Amino acid sequence: MSEVKKYKTEPLKTWQKAKELRQKYYRDYATAHERGGLRWSGGAWCFDAIPAGLGDDVYPITGEPYAASCAFNRSFSTECLEAAEKKGWARDLCSYMRNYWGSMYLNKFAFGGEYPKADFAFQNHICCSHAKWYQHVAEYEKIPYFCFDVAVGPYSEVDENRLSYLVNQLHEAIEWLEKTTGRKYDDEKLIQAVYNECRSTAMWAEICCLNRSVPAPLDEKTMYSLYVFGTLQKASREVADFYEELRDEVKYRVENQIAAVATERCRLMSDTQPPWGFLKVFRYLEKFGALSVGSLYSFGLIGIWEDKPDGSWGPRTTPQEQGVKIETRDQALRILADWNLSKPEWQHFYDPQLKSDMMIRIAKEWKLDGVMLHYNRGCEGLSLGIAENRLALQEAGFPVMVFEGNMGDEREFDLTRTMSRIDAFMETMELKQLER
Amino acid sequence: MDIFRKWYEERHQYAKEWKEKNGGKVMGCFCSYVPEELLCAAGALPVRVLGSHEPQDVTEPYIFGMFCPFCRDVLAQGLKGRYDYLDGIVLSQSCLHLRQSFTSWRLHIPIDYNYYLYMPNKVQTPHAKPYLRGELEKFKKSLEEFTGRTIADEALKESIGLINSNRRLMHQVYELRKQDNPPITGLEAMWMTTSSMWVDKKDHNRELERVLKELPSRKLNRETGARLMLIGSENDDTQFVEMVESIGATVVVDDHCTGTRYFWNEVGSNSDLLQAVADRYIERPPCPSKDWEERTRFPHILKLAKDYNVQGAILIQQKFCDPHECDIPPLRDMLKENGIPSLTLEFDVTVPVGQFRVRLEAFLEMIGEEDLF
Repeated sequence: MSEVKKYKTEPLKTWQKAKELRQKYYRDYATAHERGGLRWSGGAWCFDAIPAGLGDDVYPITGEPYAASCAFNRSFSTECLEAAEKKGWARDLCSYMRNYWGSMYLNKFAFGGEYPKADFAFQNHICCSHAKWYQHVAEYEKIPYFCFDVAVGPYSEVDENRLSYLVNQLHEAIEWLEKTTGRKYDDEKLIQAVYNECRSTAMWAEICCLNRSVPAPLDEKTMYSLYVFGTLQKASREVADFYEELRDEVKYRVENQIAAVATERCRLMSDTQPPWGFLKVFRYLEKFGALSVGSLYSFGLIGIWEDKPDGSWGPRTTPQEQGVKIETRDQALRILADWNLSKPEWQHFYDPQLKSDMMIRIAKEWKLDGVMLHYNRGCEGLSLGIAENRLALQEAGFPVMVFEGNMGDEREFDLTRTMSRIDAFMETMELKQLER
Repeated sequence: MDIFRKWYEERHQYAKEWKEKNGGKVMGCFCSYVPEELLCAAGALPVRVLGSHEPQDVTEPYIFGMFCPFCRDVLAQGLKGRYDYLDGIVLSQSCLHLRQSFTSWRLHIPIDYNYYLYMPNKVQTPHAKPYLRGELEKFKKSLEEFTGRTIADEALKESIGLINSNRRLMHQVYELRKQDNPPITGLEAMWMTTSSMWVDKKDHNRELERVLKELPSRKLNRETGARLMLIGSENDDTQFVEMVESIGATVVVDDHCTGTRYFWNEVGSNSDLLQAVADRYIERPPCPSKDWEERTRFPHILKLAKDYNVQGAILIQQKFCDPHECDIPPLRDMLKENGIPSLTLEFDVTVPVGQFRVRLEAFLEMIGEEDLF
């Protein structure tokens, strides 16, 4: 057996800051009322730049990352899921939604204490469950609710009618927020939040681009703890600033050949949310010198991308980089709508081919050897068209492994079977476990 | 009633003959939100694509098994070539499940034309109507290019009139179901409503008019029994309804996209015809995937239940159908609060009729409890 090259590796310096930022996010939300602030609850894709115009003391909790935190704690998650089932909800519904509802019914916050009830619910709808999720939250908690319809087709087909439909809803939401909260809306804060969102989501794409390097400076398991800020509060200055700092560190790692996995010799990508209670699957890959360098999910759930002049995929040029000065509410909302409609993870809702094309592109540009698709029973939105993606990737010449599971319901994940599948997949790629 | 049954059972034969006779395009419609008015005005025959209720093994490579059996059954029909006479397919945006039948169909089954209409999901926003009008404008243009036929206002007006007539006639049929002893069974009504989704409305209207003359004096040689309402996902399972009506019950009304939701409201009068059509689809009784932020379905369902003197409701849920699964627990509560007992059944491509029969018998016994004492 030939000797495997070993790269140097070291922990991320920004790791501690990331942990603190995440803790602060949940603490700020939970304690908002103590400071006279407002709390709102909604999806990770929601336009958090809109409530930002209500003031600096308005804090969100986004459902998907919160539910992923519940799922990570398997015993708490089981309690939540069973609480939802007791209320009569079907077991095959979105497992994030069921974790969230269960936590709400139990009145237990995953980070300790009672569940902090929101003052209003604010959501985006592109998947069947999105609007229904917070419809029930609003009914159960007896709080006001606003939800946007963003399903106007893929970005390549967006025209004035489609953009205006969304922009008009954004205007409507601001009027609704003023009426609901009794606060006066500050357009300057909105404008700043739009700048922040563009900066943070383009910056995340830039960080993902750095993972093209061999060895990859980040592995996907680590990226899960970092992309999450874009799902928590992408329109906040803190997140945008953190991503800039992270970008600088990842760049340093690339320049100095600092690897995420010292024995990197097989580069993979995954798809959809991982089974959060079983992230050890990613560590198991390392035994073979394999790692996942990302996925359309971790790159494009919040990262905003565009085609670059050299033909590669890169961070979308922000309005501030283009020298665009946002001066009015309408201008801010049009930019916000257009920016979000180009989100990679919104495209496949209309055509699996669009997702396949992006995945094949990642596989080529990130120099991948294979793909692991998580047939995720917990998320119909991101599993939409996944069987077609499998066929397209295979046709493009990439080995594909499929494993079935659930991001947020451990009862639907078979760890042993998944490990066996990985063994078989590695064998087909002629990889054996490395000697320690 | 035989003609409606024949149309139900021989839908493909009907469409093929229609095509031969009329020379028009036959267009497969995915979801009841497809604005048929435009298709008819373009001289086409809209045909709702449904499943066949037969076990199948051809869709596994294309649709992950966690999506509803209906969407897989629909795709299976295409893969098996049963709709090989279609000239085009149209999806009006609704649930994610059915969307996959459409996207996989256009990827794997040769078809001359396909159109994805970005129907708004938030039908409760005032911006939905002008937005949909804009989308209909594009759809109209696309159809004109495909059929090579300009859709003039006159043709659209005529098409609206024809389809509105069908809706009105269906209402008249349903009105008769309010009677203590309805002159039509739920099974017969299902043949009527579903066949109206693929039979030329001129033919359908003619037969409805004929039947409506006979129905007032029609006597069914059966007991009405418990008056039931069917609520839920797509349902054209005649075998199930036949079983229900064989054990002392009659289905008197429904809230299905293959039933009342399809024909309940008409296109109103507006000189801007496309706006009139858009308004109709925004205002129709919604699919649960479009029923938010408010739950407008519930008062509508309750009104139907009261108007039809319903004694019990069967909540039919296609396995894995998220939109309905998100409505069923609160719907069950709402019905209970209003004194209407319900039974929830999970449907697959085929249903366990024997098992369902036992559950139904117990349910009917419970409904009829008061009569025992």
